Amino acid sequence: MSFEPKIIGFLCNWCSYTGADLAGTSRMKYPPNMVGIRVMCSGRVDPGFILSAFQKGADGVIVCGCHPGDCHYVEGNYKCMRRMPLTKRIIKEFGIDENRLRLEWISASEGAIFQEVITEFTNQIREMGPLALKELNYQPDEIADKVASEMGDITHV
Amino acid sequence: MSKPKLAIYWAASCGGCDIAILDIEDKILNVVDFFDVVFWPCAMDFKYDDVRKMEDKSITLTLFNGAIRSSENLEIAELLRQKSVLLCAFGSCASEGCIPALANLYDKKSIMDYAYKESPSTSNTENIYPQTQTIVPEGTLTLPELWNTVRSLPQVVDVDYVIPGCPPQSDQILSVVLAVIDILQNGKELPPKGTVLGSNEKSCCDECERKKDVKKIKKFVRPFEIVPDPDVCLLEQGIICLGPATRGGCGAKCVSAGVPCRGCYGLPSNIKDQGAKMASALASVIDSDDPEEIEKIINTIVDPVGTFYRFSMADSMLRRKQI
Repeated sequence: MSFEPKIIGFLCNWCSYTGADLAGTSRMKYPPNMVGIRVMCSGRVDPGFILSAFQKGADGVIVCGCHPGDCHYVEGNYKCMRRMPLTKRIIKEFGIDENRLRLEWISASEGAIFQEVITEFTNQIREMGPLALKELNYQPDEIADKVASEMGDITHV
Repeated sequence: MSKPKLAIYWAASCGGCDIAILDIEDKILNVVDFFDVVFWPCAMDFKYDDVRKMEDKSITLTLFNGAIRSSENLEIAELLRQKSVLLCAFGSCASEGCIPALANLYDKKSIMDYAYKESPSTSNTENIYPQTQTIVPEGTLTLPELWNTVRSLPQVVDVDYVIPGCPPQSDQILSVVLAVIDILQNGKELPPKGTVLGSNEKSCCDECERKKDVKKIKKFVRPFEIVPDPDVCLLEQGIICLGPATRGGCGAKCVSAGVPCRGCYGLPSNIKDQGAKMASALASVIDSDDPEEIEKIINTIVDPVGTFYRFSMADSMLRRKQI
């Protein structure tokens, strides 16, 4: 059986989640590999959530937020922008290819870009192959459930 | 009536925890008055066989310091669990891996190669490496096996309490020991299993008396590169201080002496990964909105994993480098 990557997406409520919604309502097709976790802001995405997703079996993690300057909370996405390069350095030192983590800015009107990004990222992770963390290996839905429950107030959708 | 029995053991540790126990000074006499010390390899000559001969659950309290990284560490951890009523992970190594767990960024082979072959002070032309078994005319000699991954005590056996710190501060050790004596003497109720003893729930920053303001960082520096202002938050001066992601209880001794918190009291109870939380706190106060400049500022952090996970690697989410 061919390898189907397990991808966890953290989507900000105001832009990227709405962008994903637009892609859906516009019937744009993209691979079903990504399971999204809706967060109120990309600034809510703690590096710990990303590590947690990898720990539980994700092969790739994508974080999507509003374009810089468009944050519903003024500067939440800048916090995300600053955390990402440091998180990449950390996962790299833990032996996880930094390209398994991706940050994208996707606005509410960019359904087509959402479709394109998810398709491209899924193909890229498929090519990279599975991430061999051996301890835990959950299904995508379970990963999202478990990560979301660690996050506290957020539900996975 | 016979005295309650106390055991103190070191696994993969430096011995600092044992010294910290002795640092309770003359109060150590109260301890030996109340307890019968039945096992303390660092201080007195005991043999593992002495422990094997004890009855199960005959040791009232075992303070276990040191991480688990060899077959010997695990064997004694299991043995002491079996013989003890209360097993306490004592110090950072036992509770979260500490410095020995930084070995999790490497593997056994590269560690062995460096220690026995490649380090500048080593001359090993005959390629002699330690073996778990060596046959000599008199019989077979054995050594414990070293593992790839360092683990914490709670990852291998059931642990009743945790006392954090590298080492736990002596005043905290004393208060815990006196509390245990009080509980045992007066038949009081023990704290719930899993309680972290000798520490606070709030972070180290909460105990730090330095003046704290809005944090905006343009460049990270190492402590020797600047002369820090004695009254202002070290993090605000660009020095990486792990106070925000570290449990309080030490009395903020390092920061009051001008040395940044290194995180030895471990993660506060409401977070799951000390390093990730520190990365989160640190990165978000970088004073730039330009991706390139951010990258540049982040590159001024020397060794992020070794810094953020200096004490908590074994207990972190990813636990080790993937090999």
